[in-house]
Amino acid sequence: MDAALQIRNLRKSFGGLPAISNVSLEVAPGERRLIIGPNGAGKTTLFNLVTGDLPRDAGNIILFGKDVTHLAPHHRVHRGLARTYQIITLFPKDTLEHNIALSLLGLSKVRWSAFRSFDEDLYGEARAVLARVGLEHLAKKGIAEVAYGDKRRVEIAMALAQKPRVLLLDEPLAGLSREERATVKRLIAGIPREVTVVMIEHDMDTALDMAERITVLHYGRVIVEGTRAEVVADPKTREVYLGH
Amino acid sequence: MKLAALAVMLVAFPFIAGEFYVNLASQIFIFAIFAASINLLLGYGGLATLGHASYLGVAAYISALLGLKLGLGHWIAAPAALLGATLMACVFGLIALRATGLGFLMLTLALSQVLWGTAYRWVALTDGDNGLRGLSRPFHLDDAASFYYFALAVTAVSLWLMARFVGSPFGAALRGARDQPRRMSALGHNVWLIRWITFVYAGFWGAVSGLLFVYYHKYIHPISLSLTNSAEGLLAVIAGGSGTLGGPVAGAAIVMLLKNYVSAYIERWNMLLGIVFVVIVVFMPEGVVPGARRIFSRWTRRFKSAT
Repeated sequence: MDAALQIRNLRKSFGGLPAISNVSLEVAPGERRLIIGPNGAGKTTLFNLVTGDLPRDAGNIILFGKDVTHLAPHHRVHRGLARTYQIITLFPKDTLEHNIALSLLGLSKVRWSAFRSFDEDLYGEARAVLARVGLEHLAKKGIAEVAYGDKRRVEIAMALAQKPRVLLLDEPLAGLSREERATVKRLIAGIPREVTVVMIEHDMDTALDMAERITVLHYGRVIVEGTRAEVVADPKTREVYLGH
Repeated sequence: MKLAALAVMLVAFPFIAGEFYVNLASQIFIFAIFAASINLLLGYGGLATLGHASYLGVAAYISALLGLKLGLGHWIAAPAALLGATLMACVFGLIALRATGLGFLMLTLALSQVLWGTAYRWVALTDGDNGLRGLSRPFHLDDAASFYYFALAVTAVSLWLMARFVGSPFGAALRGARDQPRRMSALGHNVWLIRWITFVYAGFWGAVSGLLFVYYHKYIHPISLSLTNSAEGLLAVIAGGSGTLGGPVAGAAIVMLLKNYVSAYIERWNMLLGIVFVVIVVFMPEGVVPGARRIFSRWTRRFKSAT
């Protein structure tokens, strides 16, 4: 069976500074993979290369056996790749339901309809997506009016609305209170098994229990990869996080 | 109800107003289409252009040249002018949309300056600074009232089709591409193509305003392609309220009133135009239409709380 996501010898430098150096990894279909590493390890850069937001210097990105390296970001989305952003990237002037509707529209042929009214059915579908993340009651509220934790949930809902095959979550717990973290963790745990989830987290302790396999990045290189027990026991992990 | 009242007023206008005002209203309609087409790019797409007069001018020149040089009737000249200007927008869009922001602004300006310079210098074709004279209007619309109704009908259809465009799913995607292009791309939207289609559509409506422009004046001069013309359109959108349907119409009325009415009394009307824009930007930075709406709702709230 083809891997859900395969990264082969990926490289990216900014000026002379290597941000990602020869990274290779393979994520199985349905797997929950956690990518951890200290600040500046290259985690978000890796996501940006996978989605095509950044052009790579060398290497390949393969989704379910198909090489998508040369595809534009929006084409990769149509192949089943969805993502969330570390820094919340929503449409602040619009309502929650409109944000989700834009996400639904991204994969619908209706998005090219230039002379028909905005479909009320689309909002109905958007409200159903919001109900899945417990935000249906805020559907008509503007993004600017809701709490930070709710915005995080909208981010995830926008990605889930696209029924992705591979979901990249970039620090979905960042900036959340303890209660909000618990809510978002439950939400991530409830993502159907047919969706492969790759998640970045800066703080190792908060996310270890959410993953089956863990990849540790440091200075743009994979230094450890394995199960939770293997990664925790590896001296390189301790060195990166504790400095000894 | 409000729309019906407005329609009645507009239809009745030639019966109550003199010829000067009827002609002024026709010019406002023409400029409203032009400004509304710029608004598609600026207000809904977030793309500030300084070259939109290209489509107005090229459509006007094609129509005039086909009539004068080849003796073709309006039935052929008008579609040919619209097609020619729209095809030009297809090509210009490919070039200008290689950039966004300031780069886009400069590319649109540069492309329009090429056309303006060509119209000035290619005397054999355009008669240069003399412009092309002796043009006619279609359907024998030679009196002020009949041209007014023609311009009103074209403007109503144009604004309705532009309103449909921005109110559609495509329009929603266009606004999304304006606010968060990277996010839109990550949602599966082809941001570049959305912008290009809008650029071409805006070019088409710029060309429609160009046809009305040449019919109204029965004369075309390179100044129609100039930076000043593009900038006046842009200012009309900003003054009226970009990203709103009524804003460009209000902005076009302000510009045309100052240009054609006030200029009869004040020699330095350009200075007054500048002052008016400064006042609008200071007191209603969002434009006259949204600004007036804001002030009106504030007054209504105060009135309600007082009673």
